Amino acid sequence: MPLYLASMQNDKRAVCKPMSKLSGAQIFVECLKREGVEYIFGYPGGSVLPIYDEIFKTSHFKHVLVRHEQAALHGANGYARISGKCGVALVTSGPGATNAVTGLADSYMDSIPTVCFSGQVPTHLIGNDAFQEADTVGLTRSATKHNFLVKNVEDLARTIRQAFFVATNGRPGPVLVDIPKDVSAATCEFDYPEQIEMRSYKPVTKGHPGQIRRATNAMLAAKRPMMYTGGGVISSRASSKLLRKLVHQLGFPITHTLMGLGAVSCDDKHFLGMLGMHGTYEANMAVSGCDCLIAIGARFDDRVTGRVEDFASGATIIHVDIDPSSISKNVKVDIPIVGDVGTVLSQLLSELDKTKAKPDAEALKIWWRQISEWQSRDCLRFEQSMDDAIKPQFVVQQLHEKTKGNAIISTEVGQHQMWAAQLYGFKDPHRWLTSGGLGTMGYGLPAAIGAQLAAPGETVIDIAGEASIQMNIQELSTAMQYMTPVKVAILNNGYMGMVRQWQEMFYGSRYSHSYSESLPNFVKLAEAYGCAGFRIEKPADVGPTIEKALAINDRPVIMDFAVSQKENVYPMVPAGAALNEMVLR
Amino acid sequence: MKHTIATLVENEFGVLTRIAGLFSARGYNIESLSVAPTLDPTVSRLTLVTRGDDAVIEQIQKQLNKLIPVIKVDDLTRREHMERELMLVKVKASEHTRAEVLRMAEVFRADVVDVSETSYSLEITGKADKVDAFLRMLEPHGILEMVRTGPVGMRRGADSFTIET
Repeated sequence: MPLYLASMQNDKRAVCKPMSKLSGAQIFVECLKREGVEYIFGYPGGSVLPIYDEIFKTSHFKHVLVRHEQAALHGANGYARISGKCGVALVTSGPGATNAVTGLADSYMDSIPTVCFSGQVPTHLIGNDAFQEADTVGLTRSATKHNFLVKNVEDLARTIRQAFFVATNGRPGPVLVDIPKDVSAATCEFDYPEQIEMRSYKPVTKGHPGQIRRATNAMLAAKRPMMYTGGGVISSRASSKLLRKLVHQLGFPITHTLMGLGAVSCDDKHFLGMLGMHGTYEANMAVSGCDCLIAIGARFDDRVTGRVEDFASGATIIHVDIDPSSISKNVKVDIPIVGDVGTVLSQLLSELDKTKAKPDAEALKIWWRQISEWQSRDCLRFEQSMDDAIKPQFVVQQLHEKTKGNAIISTEVGQHQMWAAQLYGFKDPHRWLTSGGLGTMGYGLPAAIGAQLAAPGETVIDIAGEASIQMNIQELSTAMQYMTPVKVAILNNGYMGMVRQWQEMFYGSRYSHSYSESLPNFVKLAEAYGCAGFRIEKPADVGPTIEKALAINDRPVIMDFAVSQKENVYPMVPAGAALNEMVLR
Repeated sequence: MKHTIATLVENEFGVLTRIAGLFSARGYNIESLSVAPTLDPTVSRLTLVTRGDDAVIEQIQKQLNKLIPVIKVDDLTRREHMERELMLVKVKASEHTRAEVLRMAEVFRADVVDVSETSYSLEITGKADKVDAFLRMLEPHGILEMVRTGPVGMRRGADSFTIET
């Protein structure tokens, strides 16, 4: 419809229904308000100008200006994980959207609910290779749970509603909504769909009662049971309480994936540490030797299973997951239960109450005796001599001690990430932010900023490497602007540590391009951004400097720890090996 | 093993790309694919033929179901069903072979759609193996061009696969 006609109609209707006709940009703001959005991470550009103009006028949510669109998605991801709400990002067309792709793919792999809005060139220019045009829906199709291109302003409100619905229901994930500039400028009656139902998207949340019964029977019959839980327990928000109850009621040992840390407390005697490639000896041996594996909200990732044929090969496997395609994808499962982790855990607990049967106490005692033998290997042990270089593990352990294990920790990707996972020790869920699936260097700092906005009073620390941190170092500027006093602890060994470790182990110590010749002076860099900076070279200075950094709450802090250069992450299951073939050191 | 999978999807733009993208991204193969709107114009029905062991076919169905615009998926091969495919084939017809080509078409109940001085264009509908057999019989005469739709299929009996059922 020509614009002049639309405005004539507008005038006519305005008599009986004032204010009911809104522009696409106004609809955008109105919908976000109704979704309860608090923060939106974004970067303006030509095709989102109408939307930014409305953001200028609104006070319903705050806009966080990032320095690169990838960081907008990571910021939204960090915010979502800590707040339990949907993360929201806004980017412009073309390069704005292509920069966002890594962040979308990251949230997709880790199932983090996010909605990303991208501007698009006006509909009449789509397909014309217009300035800053990219086929955003095409580019992001395999990096999102779903995406939409809105071609009519009349479809905008419903599409935004659907985007939030899809992002947050079932297995969560990122959804992208591409909005051409003329759609955000055009006007229509605003009709907000209060209820949303999609005939093609109806995720099952409740476990099948028959399967619940079979699962509890298998659990009670087990002589050597083992629980293995993942990110699903973290994202089904209330479920860690139920999981703890189940673990204590049954007295079963439990391990977490990288994504699942914090579901039970690190102090819990049932917790055997993380499993997988850099998991603990006891966790990997227990999974390999168990006769009943109870997998909850985990997806049998290759970094967890090692050689799949030998993964829990003697066990009856129970698998609870909200995504049916996760079940029997990598490892054949005996008792699948499709449903929301929290709902299924309550079902399992009430089924156990009903049956009144107890697990085999005698068998469990023998099993636990075996497990404590494995634990006595003390596989995460390290020694810090006060005269030597700082051990990276020592820094992580000191961070735990000085924060009493109560900080929110984010990481980049590599060795420091594994040491953080192994040694920080999480007491609760929603304290741990890491790029588990995609393994995105540059995730930690923007995610920490998002987390700090969601939890203003908390201590947020990005445990980083000197290589990873440089992938989104520009976000120090964002942290400064919004006064998010995040702490960055760089375990600086001069190498891309994990690459160097693999080159040492599998490529004859040929350190091809894994050494950084020209590192910046991180203290000066921090100061250039207006942040505080410390360089720590002696073990004795580690603790005191962390204390100093923790006391700074009016700006971000960089702690640049010079750590020993050639420390490796152990234990390690070499690629292609079985979990029980791990190398201890 | 070969499986014929019927899928009901929202009739909206980009659905076919999502399905094709899923197959290429996950390394599954598509032997054939045919798609058209159903009686309800908001829904399209897609029939695709793929190969894989039971685990692969199970994953394919789950992955299809995971796509947001996919409403329902049914592996027709697991139950009694019928399948038909249409082929147009252009075959050389010389003075000596014209009668033989026509006789073959009669045997297979194919129709002549177009005739020229040197060719026949034939249309045949049937199960894939019948279409294959017809093609084999025509081959010695010289095939100029051939196009097949790939099969479409449905369950046998009154039992049906629609968004209501």
